[in-house]
Amino acid sequence: MADATEALLEEVRQAIDQGRPLAPTGGGTKAFYGREIDASPLGVAEHRGIVHYEPSELVATVRAGTPLAELEAELAEAGQMLPFEPPHFGPSATVGGAVASGLSGPRRPYAGAVRDAVLGVRLINGHGQPAQFGGEVMKNVAGYDVSRLMAGCMGTLGVILEVSVRLLPRPRHELTLVQEANQGEALGRLARWARRPLPITASCHDAGRLYIRLSGAEQAVDTAAQRLGGEAVTDADAWWAGLREQTLAFFDDPRPLWRLSLPPATPPLDLPGPTLMEWGGALRWLPNDAPAHRVREITTAAGGHATLFRGGDRRGTVFHPLDAGLHRLQRNLKQALDPHGILSPGRLYPDI
Amino acid sequence: MTAEAQPTTPDPGTALLARLRQILPEEAILHEAEDLRPYECDGLSAYRQVPMLVVLPETVAQVQAIMATCREASVPVVARGAGTGLSGGALPLDHGVLLSLARFNRILEVDLDNRCARVEPGVRNLAISEAVTDQGLYYAPDPSSQIACSIGGNVAENSGGVHCLKYGLTVHNVLELRIVTMDGELVTIGSRALDDPGYDLLALLTGSEGMLGVVVEVTVRLLPRPEQSRVMLAAFDRIQQAADAVAGVIGAGIIPAGLEMMDGPAIRAAEDYVHAGYPTDAAAILLCELDGTETEVAEDAEQVRQLLTHHGAREVRTAADPQEGARMWAGRKAAFPAVGRISPDYYCMDGTIPRKHLAEVLTRISELSREAGLGVANVFHAGDGNLHPLILYDANNPGELETAEHLGGQILGLCVEMGGTITGEHGVGVEKVDQMCVQFGGAELDQFHAIKAAFDPDGLLNPGKAVPTLHRCAEFGGMHVHQGNLPRPDLPRF
Repeated sequence: MADATEALLEEVRQAIDQGRPLAPTGGGTKAFYGREIDASPLGVAEHRGIVHYEPSELVATVRAGTPLAELEAELAEAGQMLPFEPPHFGPSATVGGAVASGLSGPRRPYAGAVRDAVLGVRLINGHGQPAQFGGEVMKNVAGYDVSRLMAGCMGTLGVILEVSVRLLPRPRHELTLVQEANQGEALGRLARWARRPLPITASCHDAGRLYIRLSGAEQAVDTAAQRLGGEAVTDADAWWAGLREQTLAFFDDPRPLWRLSLPPATPPLDLPGPTLMEWGGALRWLPNDAPAHRVREITTAAGGHATLFRGGDRRGTVFHPLDAGLHRLQRNLKQALDPHGILSPGRLYPDI
Repeated sequence: MTAEAQPTTPDPGTALLARLRQILPEEAILHEAEDLRPYECDGLSAYRQVPMLVVLPETVAQVQAIMATCREASVPVVARGAGTGLSGGALPLDHGVLLSLARFNRILEVDLDNRCARVEPGVRNLAISEAVTDQGLYYAPDPSSQIACSIGGNVAENSGGVHCLKYGLTVHNVLELRIVTMDGELVTIGSRALDDPGYDLLALLTGSEGMLGVVVEVTVRLLPRPEQSRVMLAAFDRIQQAADAVAGVIGAGIIPAGLEMMDGPAIRAAEDYVHAGYPTDAAAILLCELDGTETEVAEDAEQVRQLLTHHGAREVRTAADPQEGARMWAGRKAAFPAVGRISPDYYCMDGTIPRKHLAEVLTRISELSREAGLGVANVFHAGDGNLHPLILYDANNPGELETAEHLGGQILGLCVEMGGTITGEHGVGVEKVDQMCVQFGGAELDQFHAIKAAFDPDGLLNPGKAVPTLHRCAEFGGMHVHQGNLPRPDLPRF
């Protein structure tokens, strides 16, 4: 437990005075993500510790530098978990990094994203002021929802000091099934199942196989398993962790990795190479050498967006370009929280 | 304001009217006193103000033109949906245009494959679920005004309801918004995918009380209807036992679809009104709804029954069929009008607290109620700690409204003191602007104003609501002091 607020404030204030950009950094496990920028790292990892955690409140308030693994172990002991099943991408991953990157794991379509779980934050804004938004309660509409804005902002709107997150009880029972299916068949089944009240909490299609995780009361899971059919997967937790951490064989590919976020029912896309599908069809991974503009055109036409997740030109366009009006609002918002442009400027877009 | 009164300046209303007539048909503009009167307040009728003009556009292009015109003329705009809001968020301005979205009342598309519906903002909350019920789907957030409130207003307030403990608030159930900015620009925020590039403006817009943009289209997420739901009612002799039972159920890893509490005065008022069969001598009752697959519900119901009994429930009833379940809910759903029958007026509060403080806060509220000499009935979303104390008063007795408002302020102060918030789901509006000074310090309020300016630099969209100026906080004398630093020490204080 260490409160490094004062030291961090001092560093931010100095950076403002010197006009020197800072990149808030936790464990550095997601440094590959987002645009590459020139900024001095602002280490938040020392600012760590669980500030409040009472299981019956279903909320934990945690300093940003707290290792994700440490928090998850603490929650597991009380039979709880983070609903969004965040990827770590390394043992030093921090809670602050998980929120700032906004990346959610396999449970996302069924239990919500990072932003859905964030209830409150304490941060240092680009004015060098500490400020607190939201809180530890589930329902709170006082003031604009600055807390959820921190999810996925990649450190460009504030240095996250503390986060309050909503938790879920761990399912009493889980079972993973696997079925043979091509991508089109898998999409059809997923769409059909999504319209029925089934206890599905993860889905993935890879190399002709459709994996479905069921969670809940034991009998309910078994009944659903009988309805859906398929073979039970042994060591399923490790399999889903491999998907979340991208250690499955599929991800062992030297080509740039694209992350396509789409309306779930989008039919298979006309892009070369293999595709791994998650989130009931709403998230697709493509290691691909196709020209960026082609990937983006096809994704846009399908009503989604494409991120150059790993590899490729990190100084170019990484996140999907925005329409002019939306881009202007986002830039105005960046200026509202970081008027001096010292917080990871350019990490999302060249001017944001 | 004095400039407007100078005889040499043309009446701004007349000039604007002429320009609006070029955009809208005559019947879409109201300017006669008797036509304006119905728009003078929303669901918070203690605050009233007749607007300068009311416009009732039918197309997005008209909304864009109205906004651009008002921006150019520097005339403020207040958007209004069904007018059911409880914090005065749609209270008009005497020198402003009231923009009614009532004519935007069509469901534009139901996309079954992607489980979503694209609707206009004036569509009623319940109408969405009704339109997809044959497909086995529904829209989850269900504020108690759902037969009347519009989805655009739900977005503006981030409305909750009875089932948000399990299914989330509006912010968790909206996929895409189309908004018109104060410039008249149409911007699409979000998509049918599960996330979007850049900042999460969907979250920022939801609950922004109509201060950042006017919502002209909403795409909501639809969920499959649970296979089964079961309602249980538990009666307690002490409030503390009921509060402990709430923590007990959730701590045991069960997330009920709804978990509601009513105290003695609320129980008796509801029972007199709808005869739901409530035990009128109980200090508190809990209503617990479980949903899911048949086996899941059966398993959870048995565990909940044991937990409620363990925490001292003297009686636990389980509805045998949906009809009995509906009867148990009827009292809860009619609680507000029921209280309206026992008191000439009531003032509904909306604080949220951490669940663990429920019993303490209810005890303190009853002490404050005694001191003020006004009764309080409590009906609330216990599962998420969202209190709705109803302060009973009679506006015909001089000074009683003021006493009720003062008591309300004390209750909200108590919620903040307990680590909670001044509003869980009704919004700040005009009603709780002063209490914002209790919850937030200068750095936060400054940040809110900067965010507002990022969308609306001239401050023309619903000005004066939701976020107080630092000057107003200084006058109110309740500025929250962060870490011993008085924000803006340069400001004069009163």
